[in-house]
Amino acid sequence: MTDKQMTGSEILVKVLQDLGVDVIFGYPGGAVLPIYDALCQQNSLRHILVRQEGAAVHAAEGYARSTGKVGVVLVTSGPGATNCVTGLADALMDSVPVVCLTGQVPTHLIGNDAFQEADTLGITRPCTKHNYLVKDVDDLARVVREAFLVAASGRPGPVVVDLPKDVVTASTAYARPSAPIQHPSYSPRLKGDHDRISEAVDLLAGARQPLIYAGGGVVNSGPAASQLLTNLVNMTGIPTTLTLMGLGALPASNRNFIGMVGMHGSLEANMCMHDCDVMLCVGARFDDRVTGRTDAFSPESRKIHIDIDASSINKNIHVDVPIIGDCGYVLEHFIKLWKSRQARCDGDALDRWWTQIDGWRQRKSFSYKRSDTLIKPQHALEVLNRRISGRDDVYITTEVGQHQMWAAQFLHFEKPNHWMTSGGLGTMGYGLPAALGVQIAHPDALVIDVAGEASVLMNMQEMSTLAQYRLPVKAFILNNRWMGMVRQWQEFFFGGRYSESYMDSLPDFVKLAEAYGAVGLRASTPDELDDVVDEMIATPSAVIADIVVDPDENVYPMIPAGAAHNQVTMSPDEEVVLDQVHKEEGMVLV
Amino acid sequence: MPAAEKKTVSARKATIAVLVDNEPGVLARVVGLFSGRGYNIDSLTVNEVDEAAGLSRITIVTYGTEMVIAQIMAQLQRIVPVHRVCDLVTQGLHVERELALVKVASSGDKRVEALRIADIFRARVVDSTIGSFVFEITGSLDKISAFVDLMRPLGLVDVSRTGVAAISRGPDPI
Repeated sequence: MTDKQMTGSEILVKVLQDLGVDVIFGYPGGAVLPIYDALCQQNSLRHILVRQEGAAVHAAEGYARSTGKVGVVLVTSGPGATNCVTGLADALMDSVPVVCLTGQVPTHLIGNDAFQEADTLGITRPCTKHNYLVKDVDDLARVVREAFLVAASGRPGPVVVDLPKDVVTASTAYARPSAPIQHPSYSPRLKGDHDRISEAVDLLAGARQPLIYAGGGVVNSGPAASQLLTNLVNMTGIPTTLTLMGLGALPASNRNFIGMVGMHGSLEANMCMHDCDVMLCVGARFDDRVTGRTDAFSPESRKIHIDIDASSINKNIHVDVPIIGDCGYVLEHFIKLWKSRQARCDGDALDRWWTQIDGWRQRKSFSYKRSDTLIKPQHALEVLNRRISGRDDVYITTEVGQHQMWAAQFLHFEKPNHWMTSGGLGTMGYGLPAALGVQIAHPDALVIDVAGEASVLMNMQEMSTLAQYRLPVKAFILNNRWMGMVRQWQEFFFGGRYSESYMDSLPDFVKLAEAYGAVGLRASTPDELDDVVDEMIATPSAVIADIVVDPDENVYPMIPAGAAHNQVTMSPDEEVVLDQVHKEEGMVLV
Repeated sequence: MPAAEKKTVSARKATIAVLVDNEPGVLARVVGLFSGRGYNIDSLTVNEVDEAAGLSRITIVTYGTEMVIAQIMAQLQRIVPVHRVCDLVTQGLHVERELALVKVASSGDKRVEALRIADIFRARVVDSTIGSFVFEITGSLDKISAFVDLMRPLGLVDVSRTGVAAISRGPDPI
């Protein structure tokens, strides 16, 4: 094939097509006009016009996490790029593959404080896995390909490609490269070290109180890794907990699943973390919401840590057997060795361990007091869970706060990639645009944003995008009129001084839905709940379901920040103890 | 393993050599990593070392516990244009050198004394006026610091130090 002269914009579109991109989330502006002009002259790349650039990144995250593919964003220079910063930081924390193409002023104006100029490279450097400024149209195709490679491989993450206007209007010869690109310095390690894996097999086989603790790395590795994890769990009978990001990596119905771990995780999961003698951590990163007080974290255990990112190992918690590699590769290797050695844990010891775990389970740490007059948020989610269980085509996103934790506790996931939540950064406003992205990827699926009324307002403008593309996303708002998690912490740690956590003058969500051409529903009492949930699910268009819930409900159990796993607060009756013991520490810690 | 053995609490020095692509922004990535994560930089030097391959070498002197230094190395390794990261302190014997230009303005006995001390330290005079000298001195950090301290009462005006350049001993590259 002879090389053909093409403009930078045309090359960009061609490369995206060649890379298999089918959708871009974006918002036009001066610096990207040439790219938008090229976009409207082709049919294979679909562009979704959001209402604010930040939402484009969250939508791309939702798209990426529900498909395993790279989410693509296109925004203009200056404010277009700076609006993306939160989403990029979110994608970095949660390891989501996103390529964000930002416009830039022409190269001769860079540094001149030109109109809509921002130092995009400088601003996004700490919140991306990598970023590029393309200064020559001859580099454009290579850089874009490299950006996709970096975003999707190793520990995935966001990559920014900054495109000056004169670069995308310049012309050059373009030919599709015959071989996939090789990077001179970047080559993530996939296979784990054999000796380490062998050591890990022996260590786990010798355990009397073993625990598997798996996280988002398993989901990121692909569905095969989740299947391998499930096989390992079934084969060994070892109790297994998942992090917030890992939900779905092991089916919630698996009898060895002991619930989510962490600050609002199940009692049994946290007690197991504390009391286990060997911990196998797969694709999780011992973050502070999981470990609590690090010096009291799982004090008696020997720890194996599988992670593709060497910097995750020994960052917060010292581990005994580090294995650097992709969860899928390492689990496969691990299982092979486990089988060939006919390894198994001591059956009697494991039985005793399970008896102890069942004791913790029987305390039903997610229980709550039902009410006849007020809808309890937990009850609303139980009803929702019953309606969606058994369905394969349900995707849940959340905003951030109490509702997020309840969703993690009460909704059950049987498969990976069906649960999209902002875990690391904790970005309020994530859920609605993320649901938008999921619905684009799965047009016929039931996509529900479990939301709080405060969070969802942060990106409420995306209802307009839902309307434009007829996306039947359901916003299931647990409306307690408070920033619930803020209120809970003020109650626990700040003497009940509810500084600025109450929201007066909230919109009428039913009318708001109608204003956006969606259907608005409301349930104010428990007897209205079931019908509203059914109607929401049955409605073929976008829905805002305003579920008016008990404003005073708190999330339990809770390990206060700075406490150990065996210092769980189970219910409101224990709050007095909590107040005395953790007040000062709680005020300092996040 | 008892808890006491799990971490070494005492901090130590590390001299880290980082081989990177010589491209715009790569130094900002490395420096941003240190400031963003709260690590210390005692000294930093950078220059191109292989024009053909487009490689630069950054030498960073830092300190921290073993866990922190391992974390710094892993974080550096994660930066896309980073080719190699090596802690010269743990790798084996190595040489560290720094160059400084030291300006001293004085007259009479102090001027003679400054010249005499410079001779002891094998510092060279690279500029001279009636009232001042600029000395060039090369050596370990301690040697340069000692020289600067001695010059202070003798009319020290300005110091410019390059930061540490370091390389492993023996025939092998890092």
